Amino acid sequence: MAIFNLNINGKKQQVDVDPATPMLWVLRDHLDLVGTKYGCGVAQCGACTVHLDDVAMRSCQLPVSAVGDKTITTIEGLSEKGDHPVQKAWLEHDVAQCGYCQAGQIMNASALLKSNSHPSDEEIEAAMNGNICRCATYVRIRAAIKTAAKA
Amino acid sequence: MKPTNKTINRRSFLKVSALAGGGMMLSFSWLAGCKPSPEETLSLPKEWFELNSYIKIGDNGVVTLMAPNPEFGQNVKTSLPMMLAEELDIDWKNVIVKQADFFPQHFDRLQFTGGSTAMSRAWKPLRTAGATARQMLVDAAGQTWKVPATEITTEGGVLHHKGSGKSAGYGEMASIAAKLPVPKDVPLKKVGDFKVIGNSKRNVEGLNIVTGKPLFTLDYKEPGMLIAMIAHPRAFGLKVRSVDDSAARSMPGITDVFTIKTLDDKYERNGFDTTSYTDLVVVVGKSTWEVMNAKKALKIEWEKTPETNMVVQGWGGKETVNIPAGLESTDKHKAMMAEMAKRPAKLLRKDGDPEGAFKKAAKVIERTYTAPFLAHNTMEPRNCFAHVTADKADLYGPIQAPEFIMQALSARLGMPREKIQIRLARMGGGFGQRAYGHHLVEAVVISQKLNAPVKLVYSREDDMTAGIYRPTYTVTYKAGLDENNNLIAYSIKAGGIPESPLGFSQNRFPAGAVDNYLAEEWKIDSNITIGAFRAPRSNFLGGAEQSFMDEVAELAGKDPIEFRLELFDRAIKNPVGKDNDYDAERYAGVLKLVKEKSNWGPAKSGVHRGVAAYFCHNTYVAEVIDLTMKGEKPVVEKVYAAVDCGVVINPDAAANMGEGAIVDGIGNALFGEMTFQDGVPQKNNFNTYRMIRHSEAPKSIEVHFVKNEKDPTGLGEPLFPPIFAALGNALHKATGKRFYEQPFQKQLETPRPATQM
Repeated sequence: MAIFNLNINGKKQQVDVDPATPMLWVLRDHLDLVGTKYGCGVAQCGACTVHLDDVAMRSCQLPVSAVGDKTITTIEGLSEKGDHPVQKAWLEHDVAQCGYCQAGQIMNASALLKSNSHPSDEEIEAAMNGNICRCATYVRIRAAIKTAAKA
Repeated sequence: MKPTNKTINRRSFLKVSALAGGGMMLSFSWLAGCKPSPEETLSLPKEWFELNSYIKIGDNGVVTLMAPNPEFGQNVKTSLPMMLAEELDIDWKNVIVKQADFFPQHFDRLQFTGGSTAMSRAWKPLRTAGATARQMLVDAAGQTWKVPATEITTEGGVLHHKGSGKSAGYGEMASIAAKLPVPKDVPLKKVGDFKVIGNSKRNVEGLNIVTGKPLFTLDYKEPGMLIAMIAHPRAFGLKVRSVDDSAARSMPGITDVFTIKTLDDKYERNGFDTTSYTDLVVVVGKSTWEVMNAKKALKIEWEKTPETNMVVQGWGGKETVNIPAGLESTDKHKAMMAEMAKRPAKLLRKDGDPEGAFKKAAKVIERTYTAPFLAHNTMEPRNCFAHVTADKADLYGPIQAPEFIMQALSARLGMPREKIQIRLARMGGGFGQRAYGHHLVEAVVISQKLNAPVKLVYSREDDMTAGIYRPTYTVTYKAGLDENNNLIAYSIKAGGIPESPLGFSQNRFPAGAVDNYLAEEWKIDSNITIGAFRAPRSNFLGGAEQSFMDEVAELAGKDPIEFRLELFDRAIKNPVGKDNDYDAERYAGVLKLVKEKSNWGPAKSGVHRGVAAYFCHNTYVAEVIDLTMKGEKPVVEKVYAAVDCGVVINPDAAANMGEGAIVDGIGNALFGEMTFQDGVPQKNNFNTYRMIRHSEAPKSIEVHFVKNEKDPTGLGEPLFPPIFAALGNALHKATGKRFYEQPFQKQLETPRPATQM
């Protein structure tokens, strides 16, 4: 066990965990930030996507010891009132079915738009391909990303 | 307005006096205690008045509607309360929707989500509950204003009396209404008068979903709660012999390791108590990551299970199910199915003289289709919270069919049902698998043993390998055409492991449209567990039948839509047999609609079109796919769907679910497959089990609904089966090859002979 000082959603957080613990479980089990979802544990589904600084990262493959002084943003910290352009676009297109994967989709989409404010269809597909939606809301996700890009 | 035959169940009108000890008012502190989300700008009332189990009205006119059914993405939490709101005649913006706990006697025994039945089963009872509550408010106003109730009108939660000019909000009359007798046979609105139904309402959980609120059981936590995981046998046909837990026990955060039995061998199961594994090796600890690691450190020896004959209480009564011993493999399954398909099978339906007609036919075509086992792969793996104490059991878990697991919970805990409370969690997907609730039984036995609140968690690998798959199926179709290319003979012989796909649908199209018809089935027992998977059985037959129909139309030299319409015409004018379970006019209707919407005809250069239609869950669907080829990769440019499911409650949400079913179907047709080697599932995570992804989804989908006033029928499933065939038929146009074996991707990668003969 070891103590780690983390900067999560603009807040300093301290945890005492095994250094190998993935950030996914630090967030979910130790910090009660359960918006970040467990889907596969092997970086294949994208449900656990967070931002490390501004880059989309699969938190199931990110040991707490590797975070250092980088900042982490989770779905809970993306906006104060759920009014990030990507979140608003998701509501406008009423994207979600079960909703389980959507936090990861939104975190990935918001990181994409931060690095590329007007992605092409191909760029959207390439960037989002790591996020599985079992309800298969892909068509609406793509439409919502385009709406958010215009905002 | 016409009176409904159904009078609202008296029990669903909880008599508030009984609960509140003489007073008629029941205030709900639980809701006031909930932090409203930013979207909820409604100010909460000081007091709530319960008009029935579904409806509570606040003194300020805000209305709480209870969503009875478990939600796993169909939007039942939004669309079912819309029925209440419609008849109650309230403004949707004044509504708060709450998920009901499992309390079947208060919710018209509706609390099951599956089989595409949520809307149809709720259609009368929920509208009746809304209309009856509205009538109580009208009666209250009539008494208060001393005017005839028949002269009072309502609109948007406000009562009016034209003669006296009086008006009042529902909140002002709610306390009086709650004391009135429950009226009977209250008339329901005509479809044409609907204001809420038919007007899209956004998902009531939308904001909670996009902000990552804890909506799922896997997000749930209680003080003192422990995490438990189960080490299932690595293969079907095995059970635990011995466990060396010395390494696991000493790992950080681990509090216990033990072996426990879920169901007694003598316990008589029902059809939803599905599990291969009743001896659990359980690891318990403080955090998920620590328990996951300790589970990997277990050293378990397994032994083979003997053959058993299990008596199971099914829909049609008790049946004995043979569960063979042995370690099964996909190669052997395929060989056994091919062999079994040659043998005589069980006759399900016979019209005319099929044998004679095939002999007389000018052309005969026979084709065999196969499909593998499929894993449901819900994004949220199986899990369940349970806290069992001496006098009660509290469960919070993902379950589509809480009623069907109550028997096992009650028997195993030795507790009457009323002491077992299931709180219904939003599910991260269901697709049929969450109808089976053995994970709830696992959670309660672990909690009972530990005497502590516990959350049972399956890893992705556990979820994918622990069983309950879509069965593997095969079917052989044979069609005979006369010299004028009319279909004169048709036979279907279907089987699977461990069930046939046919047993419920031998009376479907083209039965009724062909003079000489034969349907037969067989099955092979297995120890691999199976269960409902989006559109059970239809999810195979729809694709196979409609692929075959395309090939028969081609043999007949006819347009595939015109060929089908000719058959429906026959079934309309002069049907064969009496038990045909489809309405040929509605079936033809969706084909005509998709023909119009897709502008059916020769495709543009480089675009390949396929069409299919299917009827299941009482809903008619026709679909057209337009695809292009990028090398060997199909790119689905456009999908058109035409759907007749009667009245559409929440059109945009309905379209969303239809789009999902289409993409899900394309994904499973191309990639879906679970295989086995010596009983071991060969895929255990998304790196080996291929799921459809963003780049493989259609570029665009249009879902068109037939407009009529018929009672609503199913929607979550019916768009799924035909898309397999629409895709296969379009791929045939693109590649010149027919696709007989799922998943299609294998054939796209490995060219095969174009025909099967």
